[in-house]
Amino acid sequence: MADDSGIWMYAVADRMAPEWFRDVAGIAGEPVRAISAGGLSAAVTTVRLAEFGEQALRRNLEDLGWLEKVARIHHDVIEAAAQHGPVLPMRLATVFRSDANAAAELARRQEDFAAALRRVTGRTEWGVKVSARPPATVEGFPEADRSGTGGTGPGAAFLRRRRTQLTARDNARQTVAADAEKIHLALDELAVASYARPPQDPKLTGHAEWMVLNGAYLVGEEGSAGFAAAVHRLGADYPELRIELTGPWPPYSFAVVEELDAGPTGTGERQETAR
Amino acid sequence: MTEGVVQRGAGAAQGFGSGSGGGQPNLGDILERVLDKGLVIVGDIRVNLLDIELLTIKLRLVIASLETAREVGINWWEDDPWFSANGSDRGKLAEENRQLRARLAELDPEGGAVPAVAAPPEREDQGKPRSRAWSKIYESEGDERDR
Repeated sequence: MADDSGIWMYAVADRMAPEWFRDVAGIAGEPVRAISAGGLSAAVTTVRLAEFGEQALRRNLEDLGWLEKVARIHHDVIEAAAQHGPVLPMRLATVFRSDANAAAELARRQEDFAAALRRVTGRTEWGVKVSARPPATVEGFPEADRSGTGGTGPGAAFLRRRRTQLTARDNARQTVAADAEKIHLALDELAVASYARPPQDPKLTGHAEWMVLNGAYLVGEEGSAGFAAAVHRLGADYPELRIELTGPWPPYSFAVVEELDAGPTGTGERQETAR
Repeated sequence: MTEGVVQRGAGAAQGFGSGSGGGQPNLGDILERVLDKGLVIVGDIRVNLLDIELLTIKLRLVIASLETAREVGINWWEDDPWFSANGSDRGKLAEENRQLRARLAELDPEGGAVPAVAAPPEREDQGKPRSRAWSKIYESEGDERDR
């Protein structure tokens, strides 16, 4: 292995065969290979450290065009592997110096990875996003109550309207947040585990909507149809909300090894052992 | 707006669809998974994605322009004080408020009947606009976990 190359790891599984990746281009157009150690296999690609080394990654990850390209390839390779059985998707930018180092890590963490694989075996990740229309704008607010109580004059009337509007908007937010919580809990009932990630910013979604739930649910494969049906039902129950089901996803949100279960922020992750 | 939209992230009705054919998963959905989730093991090359808060902020600002903002054709959030963290908007609003209050003082010298609205109170949430809903949900999850 040349000094100027690294090993990009996409996913770990019990077994991977090179032919799974015959039709998938890896990072930078390089082939996807399988390496094995400790009874596990990993999908990897040899990359140039000039582009994927520490300094280069820091720089390149800030480049949205670069990041999109790499993220989509990373995802495509993981999907290709997931067609053949349970996989553990790796966090983006997991890079080793050599095949030997990557294999050593597989062997060293063999028990952790095997346990994590067992948790996602026969299960699928679904995403559910719930959005609401943004509340009425100032212009949309009724002009009523000119004669109201309190101050006199148009300035006071304006402030009164403004205050009423802000209160209405706050109430609307609380109602929608409560509905989102109900939806999350209803779906969580059907899931082996769930993860409530921060709602996507309107800037991220590009929709003029206000996302109030961005959940990931690990659902047994036999329960997937029921889960999708429940999402549809909830859509009918809450016609004022937009409920979007995405998936099936490889189990990104549930590929965790024990000591990292709580996550860096300690939020949202629920262990199935708690059920 | 359609209710109960089903978007197949993987582009296939059953099983894990390949990237070819069918719908491509939304870039935002992919990025939040590959950057925030996925199995974390320490490789030889250490780039802590969790530290790249800056990146996340930039993503939120830029992805729309990459993917959808042009289709949507609007950047309403940039002008909506409720969502906007844009400094110039804030300045503009503060100025507008100042003028309004000055006018109000002329028109309504007694003033005190209605407390002045300095700025939309949501403004305080701007750094973390979703905290309220989410702390609720996290709490309820936590409660259940503890049982």
